[in-house]
Amino acid sequence: MAELTDRPFPPGEYPVVVVGTGPGGLQTSYSLSQLGVTHALLSADEQPGGMFRRFPFFQRLITWSKPYAPVEKYERAHEWYDWNSLLSDDPACRASVIEFMDGTSYFPSRPEMEKGLVAFAERSGVIARYGCRWEGTARTDDGFVLSTSDGEYRCKTVVFAIGMTEAWKPEIDGIDLVPHYVDMKPPKEFAGKRIFIMGKRNSGFELADGLLPWAKQLILGSPRPAKLSIITHSTSGARARYMQPYEDNALGGGHFVIDAAIERVERTADGFRVHTEGTTRPGAMVFDVDEVIAGTGFATPLGDLPAMGVTTFYQNRLPAQTPFFQSATVPGVFFAGSVTQGSIGLKKYGIPSNSAAVHGFRYNARVLAQHIAETRHGVKIERPLIEPDQVVSYLLDEATFAPELWNQQSYLARVLHFDRARGITDEGILPLQHFVDAGGADGVAITVETDGTGDIHPALYIRKGGTAEEQLLPSNPLHSFTTSQHHAELTNALKSLID
Amino acid sequence: MSQQSEVTDSLSGMTLFADLSAPQLEAVAHTFEEEFFDEGTRVLRKGFAGSGFYVIIEGEAAVQLDGKVIAQLSRGDFFGEISALLNALPTADVIATRPLRCVVLSGEAVEGFLLDHPQVALRMLKAQARTLRNNTKWLS
Repeated sequence: MAELTDRPFPPGEYPVVVVGTGPGGLQTSYSLSQLGVTHALLSADEQPGGMFRRFPFFQRLITWSKPYAPVEKYERAHEWYDWNSLLSDDPACRASVIEFMDGTSYFPSRPEMEKGLVAFAERSGVIARYGCRWEGTARTDDGFVLSTSDGEYRCKTVVFAIGMTEAWKPEIDGIDLVPHYVDMKPPKEFAGKRIFIMGKRNSGFELADGLLPWAKQLILGSPRPAKLSIITHSTSGARARYMQPYEDNALGGGHFVIDAAIERVERTADGFRVHTEGTTRPGAMVFDVDEVIAGTGFATPLGDLPAMGVTTFYQNRLPAQTPFFQSATVPGVFFAGSVTQGSIGLKKYGIPSNSAAVHGFRYNARVLAQHIAETRHGVKIERPLIEPDQVVSYLLDEATFAPELWNQQSYLARVLHFDRARGITDEGILPLQHFVDAGGADGVAITVETDGTGDIHPALYIRKGGTAEEQLLPSNPLHSFTTSQHHAELTNALKSLID
Repeated sequence: MSQQSEVTDSLSGMTLFADLSAPQLEAVAHTFEEEFFDEGTRVLRKGFAGSGFYVIIEGEAAVQLDGKVIAQLSRGDFFGEISALLNALPTADVIATRPLRCVVLSGEAVEGFLLDHPQVALRMLKAQARTLRNNTKWLS
């Protein structure tokens, strides 16, 4: 670990500064290095891992890494089956989380995840200045000055990979009396208690599921009905593995999941009184409980960035971003990691990207690094030529196997440009929103999408004369999009570009 | 004041949600997602499947057909409901002409939401009736 404990990147001037050594910062730094972009990587922590050095509270992730998958562990297509390891050009650095998993679950434990991230940093040579806390930001004529606990860093480009782990609470009378998820006591201290959990998203359900062996009674409450991942076809819904409290509610087992606006919380002699007003079933409900916990979600610790002009949304919890993860309002400020869910994309059928989790944002980081390298550092990235008779097979293989398209559905796309003089070039993986809205050369983008019924199929976007049109290809029960029907439909769709 | 309360307050001042109780408004604020679009960003795309229902809480947008502006939208206005209700592709683009803040509901969820909140459905129907009357004044 010598290279991790040394203190590289002293204060000074760097072309790019990356803040944060969670998976988003590590992936960005690695990808920038592969492209030859000099940068400083700074971290307030003492070692890699970011939020996984502490969370999830109940020490088990909700993102899978399958030790035995339909494809070999170190192949690119395997990334669809391993949602937690970071991406590397070197097979020896891939699938770094899986090797630490002990076989008790295909969801890694928090320590297994942390070990996998440390191993990635070590093996891929990602070095950072640890123990260096970003404290403030100022704009200069041609860039930024970052104040840190170690001194000032000047740069033209800054990437904040600072996670979304700051406690966030809605405004409710008395909520200050209530601890947040991030301030949880050890579970055994809840033994035999009646507990009200505010919130019915994943953090609320994680708390409820973890407290089942301890609590006398659990009540989960929030204004809208719980959205479940198996119903919404999205990881943004409450995940199946936390559904035991919900089943308990459905079976009348003594725990409750209610839809109610929480009006106020009061202290009582031996606990709390929670006043609520039903939403799907109107009427006042009052709960006398021993404990209340706010599982109300998280915010990005943006520090002084909003004061510098970075526009936020989602109750000020996320910075608004362009398709290439740049602040929508302050050029030169970029984001990586879970904060990139602030770049919304098309959000077709209401399904968000997977940018809130490693399996989504690791690809965002690679796209971001290429964008910074090309547009701000003059790095030329090769665009391979593709023979016209290979185009259809290539695109259908991508739709069937490309982990970028499966992990970031309707969000990242494989893009080809068609130019009569240069031929057909592979432009790589790009944000779909950029392809369909920014105009540009004639070309095609292919994505995988899940629609509102749960049907998974390839979606094609053909851009001619700067305007993109959508064409959906058929689904397949085994998700193979390389059938003769797919070949015929795609060949026909591309005629206007190839002829 | 938190932003969640600001969204709830913002919705409470809109004609579309004028008949809802405070807890119902709170539930609406949690059901819809807040999204931000910088000036020039396309919000609704002509011919693209899977679009949503949008209510503007701040900013301005333009409805465009083949590059020509056919309507201007601002706070309290909504769009995307026709595609959602008819399960049809949008027939025009909507583009933010100033920084735009909206609350959004997925197209699939619109019908269920309106059935659960008939007061909102009635307000929406009246708004559509006004639009229809304005567009057919020449007939009278």
